Amino acid sequence: MSDDPRERIIICRCNDVTLKDIEDIIDSGITDIEEIKRLTRIGMGPCQGRTCLPLVAGIIARKTGKKIEEIELPATRVPIRPVPMGVLAGDMDEE
Amino acid sequence: MRSKAKTVIIGGGIIGLSIAYNLAKMGEEDIVVLEKSYLGSGSTFRCGSGIRQQFGDDANIQMMKRSVEIWKNMENELGYNVEFEQGGYLFLLYDEEELKTFERNVKLQNKYGVPSRIITPEEAKEIVPLLNTDGVIAAAFNHTDGKANPFKAVFAYANAAKKLGVDIYEYTEAKDIKVEDGKIKKVITDKGEIETGRVINAANAWAPLINKMAGVPVDIPIHPYKHQGIKTEPFKIGEINPMIVSFKHDGVYMTQEANQGGIIGGYALKYGPTYDITPTYEFLRGVSYRFSQIIPALKYLNVIRIWAGYYAETPDDNAAIGRINEVDEFYIAAGFSGHGFMLAPAVSEAIAELIVDGKTSKPLWFYDPYRFERGELREQAVQMG
Repeated sequence: MSDDPRERIIICRCNDVTLKDIEDIIDSGITDIEEIKRLTRIGMGPCQGRTCLPLVAGIIARKTGKKIEEIELPATRVPIRPVPMGVLAGDMDEE
Repeated sequence: MRSKAKTVIIGGGIIGLSIAYNLAKMGEEDIVVLEKSYLGSGSTFRCGSGIRQQFGDDANIQMMKRSVEIWKNMENELGYNVEFEQGGYLFLLYDEEELKTFERNVKLQNKYGVPSRIITPEEAKEIVPLLNTDGVIAAAFNHTDGKANPFKAVFAYANAAKKLGVDIYEYTEAKDIKVEDGKIKKVITDKGEIETGRVINAANAWAPLINKMAGVPVDIPIHPYKHQGIKTEPFKIGEINPMIVSFKHDGVYMTQEANQGGIIGGYALKYGPTYDITPTYEFLRGVSYRFSQIIPALKYLNVIRIWAGYYAETPDDNAAIGRINEVDEFYIAAGFSGHGFMLAPAVSEAIAELIVDGKTSKPLWFYDPYRFERGELREQAVQMG
């Protein structure tokens, strides 16, 4: 690990994405939260973005000068919490 | 935004971006890509990631063989790791009729040098030990098929295109195309006008709207259908390397992501035509049921999310690709019916050749946009999900 303290700040715990990862992408010119999401998989882990997406929106706002309310958070998708596939498959065998 | 361009490509998905890259690579200058939302937002970022040569007709097999050659070398060529992995495609076959069709397809694929083969259920289980082979009488397997990361692939092409001087405008929507005496004059966007003499319609699900703007007098039926995908939590990587397909389970396809380790896939439940992409509970339950039939252990795995995207479908599930004669320098590459991601490398190369050299050795005739009007539909493309 380098000396950059931003590498020790975890923004997305599901996919191990650090503050440096996010800032590097923004510095490379990609500032769209939908694109940052696809490149780093923030918001795509088991928490579905409940922890990381507001943080990432804050970082984008700070670095680009946008207002945080201008940054539309990516869609929240079902299921809201992880659910075992067997539960969803249910008793369809018996139906 | 620039006010003039030699070429305006409408659609910032993998098709539009790869065409931009290949045109620039062949020396074309002044290329603009318009994307009404963010890159990949239409169909590419919503696709199932699969890349296969196991089609049932000469043209798709040849195009996909060329595509796989490019996919294999893409990291070198574009300088960006697109996570291409050749885990193969494994089609599970449950009756003699299916087997006969796949035997025929395998023969055709072998003719073009695609090393697919029919294998026994026992061999299938060796490839995927978790597989439930009850009722399986054989399988078709090709180890050179595979998958790649759609997100990375879009940025790979976008970055490479930019390096060659292509301008990409996101959140810029084409609103109209001015044509005079059969010649394109300009594209009007919500951010301004671009004078141009050439338009490439790479808008896939929205392609009919672009055709209409240019007054294309040919009936090219492309309709957006909502299909969905599912993603599970990760588990030990390497358990399910191939894309597993079962038509007996309503066109199920699933694989384990090469780098992330989650299962992704879907089945052939579709809604539409519609531009709505709200995921449905019907799909969530239906896909969970079918997946756990094929790999029972998946019952214990958590589903993280489902999402929806479009198959921009044509009547024969093959894209409309080519030049429109009535509007000078208007080209279309759209209606990919769920195969755009995998086909993009070869299709974009062919379109660039067609534009720059005036001809291509690739079998683009198969995707002739005039075939619908002439009533010459192709054999239905092998399609799942």
